Amino acid sequence: MIKTDVAVIGGGPAGMCAAIEAANAGAKVIIFERNSSLGGQLVKQTHMFFGSQKQYASTRGFDISKILRDQISQNENITVLTNATVIGMYEDGVLTVEHENKYKKVLPRATVVATGASEKFLPFNNNDLPGIYGAGAVQTLMNVYGVKPGDEVVMVGAGNIGLIVSYQLLQAGVKVNAVIDAAPRIGGYLVHASKIRRMGVPILTSTTVKTAHGTDCVEGVTLVKLDENWKEIPDSEFYIPCDNLCIAVGLSPLTELMWQIGIEMAYVPQLGGYVPKSNKNMQTSRPEVFVAGDASGVEEASSAMVEGRIAGLNAAAFLGFKNSETDSKLADYFEQADSLRSGPVGEKIRAGLKLAELD
Amino acid sequence: MRIEKHPILTFEKGEIVTFTFNGTIYQGIKGEPIASALHANGVRTLGHTHDKNRPRGLYCAIGNCSSCLATVNGKPNVRICVEPLTDGMVVTQQKGRGVLKND
Repeated sequence: MIKTDVAVIGGGPAGMCAAIEAANAGAKVIIFERNSSLGGQLVKQTHMFFGSQKQYASTRGFDISKILRDQISQNENITVLTNATVIGMYEDGVLTVEHENKYKKVLPRATVVATGASEKFLPFNNNDLPGIYGAGAVQTLMNVYGVKPGDEVVMVGAGNIGLIVSYQLLQAGVKVNAVIDAAPRIGGYLVHASKIRRMGVPILTSTTVKTAHGTDCVEGVTLVKLDENWKEIPDSEFYIPCDNLCIAVGLSPLTELMWQIGIEMAYVPQLGGYVPKSNKNMQTSRPEVFVAGDASGVEEASSAMVEGRIAGLNAAAFLGFKNSETDSKLADYFEQADSLRSGPVGEKIRAGLKLAELD
Repeated sequence: MRIEKHPILTFEKGEIVTFTFNGTIYQGIKGEPIASALHANGVRTLGHTHDKNRPRGLYCAIGNCSSCLATVNGKPNVRICVEPLTDGMVVTQQKGRGVLKND
């Protein structure tokens, strides 16, 4: 049995920040990362981040990942286990882990769940054809491995991910034939939308996929217009050729481990589906279990990092690792989280978080 | 299908290795996921479904969705979107659910 103060499940932006905060407070931390290196989905983010200086604004995602990785490798309180998948979380607090083909048991005194999210899918005819990829998959292929996902893309979803990935496709020399969205207006920031429109990509709202075509791989797609009640308009179908249909219709939190241990959950569509209920300290209904990042509700990487810091500080404080800086740091992180969620763009998230509040 | 020029990113060339997929010889970069190497070679159909024999490709490319399962060096149900490529790998499309051999 491996023992530690804090176990962090997932080495993405939230998990890395949680580990750094808990370790700086004095706790011994182990990060369990399923992949062969830390970074999560930051490694494929080539765009510069928004927010303030404290959230690495104007720094590209993959560079933020390097900064955090360096801090972790220099921190004596943090052990990183890569190729380590946490496969179970039990009532007595024991975690079971598959690490390099071995089955291991871990007993932490507190746990931060930062497992992230998985991409949502869309129902339409032939939606299982090869060449129909999640937007994250397209980013991974082109930005991490330098492989083009196709030559001509139709992007489904005009939220920030759909818009940013379309721009990244253009940067990689791939043609984007259209960006479509079932909603009557563009969901993402207009700054991203304008960028790709200037490069000649049409953004078609009130439009959805009816059928994908192809035998071994997708070769084209029939789209259809929707009326104000989101119903298909008869005879409005049209065809666009593409060898890659990219699906950017949102993410669902990866919460299996928290279900397994019986943590109180809530269905919150604004946050991507079922999420653990938590208080503002990111503490769940199991007091020794904290949550951060997309696993606590889908937002974006900047707020995931702030949530990670809140969860890490609180997990350490829960075990008695508190110092004169703890409260002022926490106050700062709460303020940063609020500012990231402020204004009209944060409205949906704020409503969602209210529904996920632990009583 | 590899990106030649990119305004932000540079891709290290890496060591070229040889592997097979369903008996055909391909080249890829050592350490990249098998599915990425196949994709760079224009191979996007990675398997077929158990019952209806429909073609399957990757979907998430980060090991979440299991759409890309294949047999690698005799071991079934390998997620080839995250499995690193090594020299001489034998990758085959999987028929059915795969059989685990006793070690």
